[in-house]
Amino acid sequence: MTRRARQADTGASRLRTVLFAIGLAFALVPAPAAAEYGDVVLNRYAEKEGMRPVVFPHWFHRIRFRCKVCHFELGFKMRAGSNEVKMNDIIEGRFCGMCHDGQIAWSVENCDLCHSGKAGLPPGIFGGHETLGPGRW
Amino acid sequence: MRKIKSVTHAFLSRQLPVLICLIALPVAAQQQWQPIANDGLRDPAGPAVKVLQPPGEALSQLAPDTAGNQVRWVKALEQGQIHPLSSLHADTKIQTYERDMLLNLRGGMPVVRFPHGIHTKWLDCSNCHDHLFKKQAGATKISMFLILQGEQCGVCHGAVAFPLTECSRCHSTKREDALAELTRGAAETGVPLPATLPTAMAAPLPKAPEPAK
Repeated sequence: MTRRARQADTGASRLRTVLFAIGLAFALVPAPAAAEYGDVVLNRYAEKEGMRPVVFPHWFHRIRFRCKVCHFELGFKMRAGSNEVKMNDIIEGRFCGMCHDGQIAWSVENCDLCHSGKAGLPPGIFGGHETLGPGRW
Repeated sequence: MRKIKSVTHAFLSRQLPVLICLIALPVAAQQQWQPIANDGLRDPAGPAVKVLQPPGEALSQLAPDTAGNQVRWVKALEQGQIHPLSSLHADTKIQTYERDMLLNLRGGMPVVRFPHGIHTKWLDCSNCHDHLFKKQAGATKISMFLILQGEQCGVCHGAVAFPLTECSRCHSTKREDALAELTRGAAETGVPLPATLPTAMAAPLPKAPEPAK
């Protein structure tokens, strides 16, 4: 074996060792904190009004309602950030208030169940994949 | 024999770590359902984390997937694992439309077969038409560049519907199969295919099943 070939061989085995270590680290270290795919943070007004940001889980709602219920009947626009949702609307039965009325789902008195986000969260969609799509806004 | 053994041994000792990496990385990269307190959004000290259902509890019961919520939502719906309501008011008009569209007929990637049927199970026509896509086939130039920026299909795919990493779920049809289908449709209806193929066309309607005798 020539010297150069030996060096190349050592290099390749080193690379394999490094890759192995990375693989092992990924396999053993618990997954970091991560939002569920499609989680939405609403914080256009919440913190300004002295409340925690709202976290809306799409996954929980789509088990029970098709997209068209909220995005057609209730009038939520599809694009994150394009809906001006104020607490008054909800109390009067618009947007979330159509279901969160104490009949279909918990009523507006359970503030902390929706206003549950960490302070300072920016509004947007979370849990997205590595594209430039809305998941990264 | 000994040579085979030593070659096998050499191969395993050299390649095994790489194999393990190749297997471990995608598994590790796949996002696991996190408990509510560990989702990075909710305040772990707040009352909600004790009350709200953790995603894994519900989603692990549904048709599994490798991306997004790790749920095949359409399969879960079609197999009756979930029963989401279509409307809240009795008088809301539920609109559905079944026709498939063949998109990207002149592009480099395989042809996109867009199923209106599956989309209208979840959505209303007005969710996409006409502000995202004009109803007329080919009238809206669809661009992967825009989709990746969260426009057009990317309004949902990449945010709540299966993500844009799953190329072949949309780019699913071989070009020659799409052309054969359009040619067959043209022969059946007597409307000839245009000399220059447009970028998008409605797929021919499937033959109505023979009435049972």
